[in-house]
Amino acid sequence: MLKALKLEPQHCTGCMQCEMACSYENEGVFNPAKSRIKVFTFHEAGRFAPYTCTQCEEAWCMHACPVEAITLNAQTGAKEVADAVCVGCKVCTIACPFGTVNYNQATGKVIKCDLCGGDPWCAKACPTGAITWTDADQTGFQRMYAWAQQSPAGEASYILPQKKDPAAYGPSA
Amino acid sequence: MSWTKNVLRVDLTSRNVNREPLNMEWAQEYLGQRGLATRYLVEEVDPMVDALSPDNKLILTTGPLTGTMASTGGRYSVVTKSPLTGAVACSNSGGYIGAELKAAGWDMIIVEGSAPSPVYLYLENDHAELVDAGEIWGTSVWATDQWLHTRYQDPLLRIACVGRAAEQGCLYAGVINDLYRAAGRSGVGTVMASKNLKAVACRGTLGVGNIKDPARFLTATAQGKQVLAENAVTGQGLPTYGTQVLMNVINEMGALPTRNMREVQFEGAHKISGEAMHEPRATDGKPNLTTNAACFGCTIACGRISTMDQGHFTIEHKPQYWGASGGLEYEAAWALGTDTGVDDLEALTYANYLCNEDGFDPISFGSTVAAAMELYGMGVITTEDTGGVDFSFGSAKALARAAEMTATGEGFGKVLGMGSRRLCEKYGHPDLSMTVKSQEFPAYDPRGIQGMGLAYATSNRGACHLRGYTVASEVLGIPEKTDPLVTEGKAELVKAFQDATAAVDSSGLCIFTTFAWTLDDIAPQIDAACEGDWNMDKLLEVGERIWNLERDFNLRAGLTGKDDTLPKRLRKEAANVGPAKGMVNELEQMLPRYYEIRGWTPDGTITEETRTRLGL
Repeated sequence: MLKALKLEPQHCTGCMQCEMACSYENEGVFNPAKSRIKVFTFHEAGRFAPYTCTQCEEAWCMHACPVEAITLNAQTGAKEVADAVCVGCKVCTIACPFGTVNYNQATGKVIKCDLCGGDPWCAKACPTGAITWTDADQTGFQRMYAWAQQSPAGEASYILPQKKDPAAYGPSA
Repeated sequence: MSWTKNVLRVDLTSRNVNREPLNMEWAQEYLGQRGLATRYLVEEVDPMVDALSPDNKLILTTGPLTGTMASTGGRYSVVTKSPLTGAVACSNSGGYIGAELKAAGWDMIIVEGSAPSPVYLYLENDHAELVDAGEIWGTSVWATDQWLHTRYQDPLLRIACVGRAAEQGCLYAGVINDLYRAAGRSGVGTVMASKNLKAVACRGTLGVGNIKDPARFLTATAQGKQVLAENAVTGQGLPTYGTQVLMNVINEMGALPTRNMREVQFEGAHKISGEAMHEPRATDGKPNLTTNAACFGCTIACGRISTMDQGHFTIEHKPQYWGASGGLEYEAAWALGTDTGVDDLEALTYANYLCNEDGFDPISFGSTVAAAMELYGMGVITTEDTGGVDFSFGSAKALARAAEMTATGEGFGKVLGMGSRRLCEKYGHPDLSMTVKSQEFPAYDPRGIQGMGLAYATSNRGACHLRGYTVASEVLGIPEKTDPLVTEGKAELVKAFQDATAAVDSSGLCIFTTFAWTLDDIAPQIDAACEGDWNMDKLLEVGERIWNLERDFNLRAGLTGKDDTLPKRLRKEAANVGPAKGMVNELEQMLPRYYEIRGWTPDGTITEETRTRLGL
């Protein structure tokens, strides 16, 4: 069963645990500047939103790459960058409509989410359930459920962090 | 490790910026942040200096866990000599700037001297430069933030700066970072402005590495997060209601100081409580609270983001306040509301916005307004003093005007900016100032919570709840319940809280974790990250060493045991209602025992034996 990262901005508090987990898994340091997932803050609206690669099926980045450095991992569905092949031309960063492939000036290669080989650290680190790792075919089911339930407007569930299984907190090496 | 081992020294007078290695011997004795920066201050600043002279120094400091994945690991502190109290000042803030300083490669920034004309410090990893700030001097925190973001075209630039209150000499001006997080107390912003330093703007892309044992660190921090998630306070109460979860609780127990601490319960508490912030308004059907928010790395997320009623009298013609912004924490809601008798939640939110926008401490400000209101009621202060404003208790209009005037230092705002003690002295009623060491009280009445009286009286930065929060034990039963109305055992309790807090404040973690964590939860996280052996006993020893170092600075600054006291009102005027009815604070029953277990003389000086034991 293919899984996908499900992002629910309404639960995000802007704590950056996902960015630290991502950068630590990929770079070996706690460094939001090198995170493949980014949390954006909209001060005036009082909103936070995590954003990262959605692993498009017909991935623009993959098709655009002139040296075929970006390939499909059939196990996870991730489009992965092979550092040994990437020449740092940045065409993929232009091709991606969502901006989720970016150049890393420290290495001269591009970086993007690779789903951590099927065990994404960002989802494990998120304390509120704003980022979850879920059945790729059912990312909308919870929202459908909520509509089906017709919960009254104004209920404060968007303020309470959505707690998940505490055992799933934080990545452990 | 996890210290970057780099200190940036900024000499404003000569415009020199230099890197120097962190003193790792001191790091083992004082850990980081509050403790380590105080060690530097003690080494480099004569305690007798005028706090607002170029001889004072201002230290911006992170802890070893700042910028890591440890929950709440985003704290930083500003350490200096306070112009409000004349004592050591250490103000702690969250937001994102602390982690950014660390990610740029700096444990600490020591600012010395004074710039001939306004400057700001721009940091991009190891690149540091002082830049002319002529265009932003005289503007607010929010305007400065916007100007710097526009200038550098970098939305991720993190900024800490002072507002107009600090420039105007308000003695309780803070250093505001990320728009509405504050190193708020004791006038650390006033010191920064006195040096003509408007802002520190930082972008760090190096990250934080050098964790001693990464695998153990990830396990220890994950366990810590689980404890926070499962705890009722940190897992439910704080994310839902913020610190405002306390307003109704403390009111119920008759320990909510009201109207300049004349009373101990506020009839309007429920209108300005955490619960009230969730209620849809009658006017526009929307709640005051928009969402909760986290500081860097925090899995609690107690921060309040509010959106005001656009039709409220304070902002109906001011669209700049119609967006979401930092909302009321318990202390701010208490000082701006309960202590002034104002129960208009929107007016409190507005005053809180102004405290953020122009950088002044809502606790000291609210308490000073409360003192002015009492003097106004007595006829000592009149509309001639206030610029025509009716300063009666409960007046939301007076509160709003007072905040506007204090923000810019105009008219009566200049007087309010001096703080409660100086204001009450000016009008001939020093006893009406609710302060310790010239710093205003926070929101817990020591008549109904006896241990807090001792904590206030002996706090190294003047009245403060965050030096020894015995409320945790006396009210919430953390780590174990003690009777708030008795004095027995409180000396030991206060000392234990003071020492543990000093250690936590030196780590890069937030003190709010200690609603759920003990040092037993914290020590493994520090030990996995930092070189050396860090267990609970060592942290307590470090905490005690820091406490005594701060005390020593204060004694050499001219304070004495006589300053370890409370205003007469709290010692002589009994609580009028509630569970503590008829009680005063029995400080004198606790203080001698406290000195004794601290290893101090009966007049409150540190004995040679204690100095030797702690290696001072």
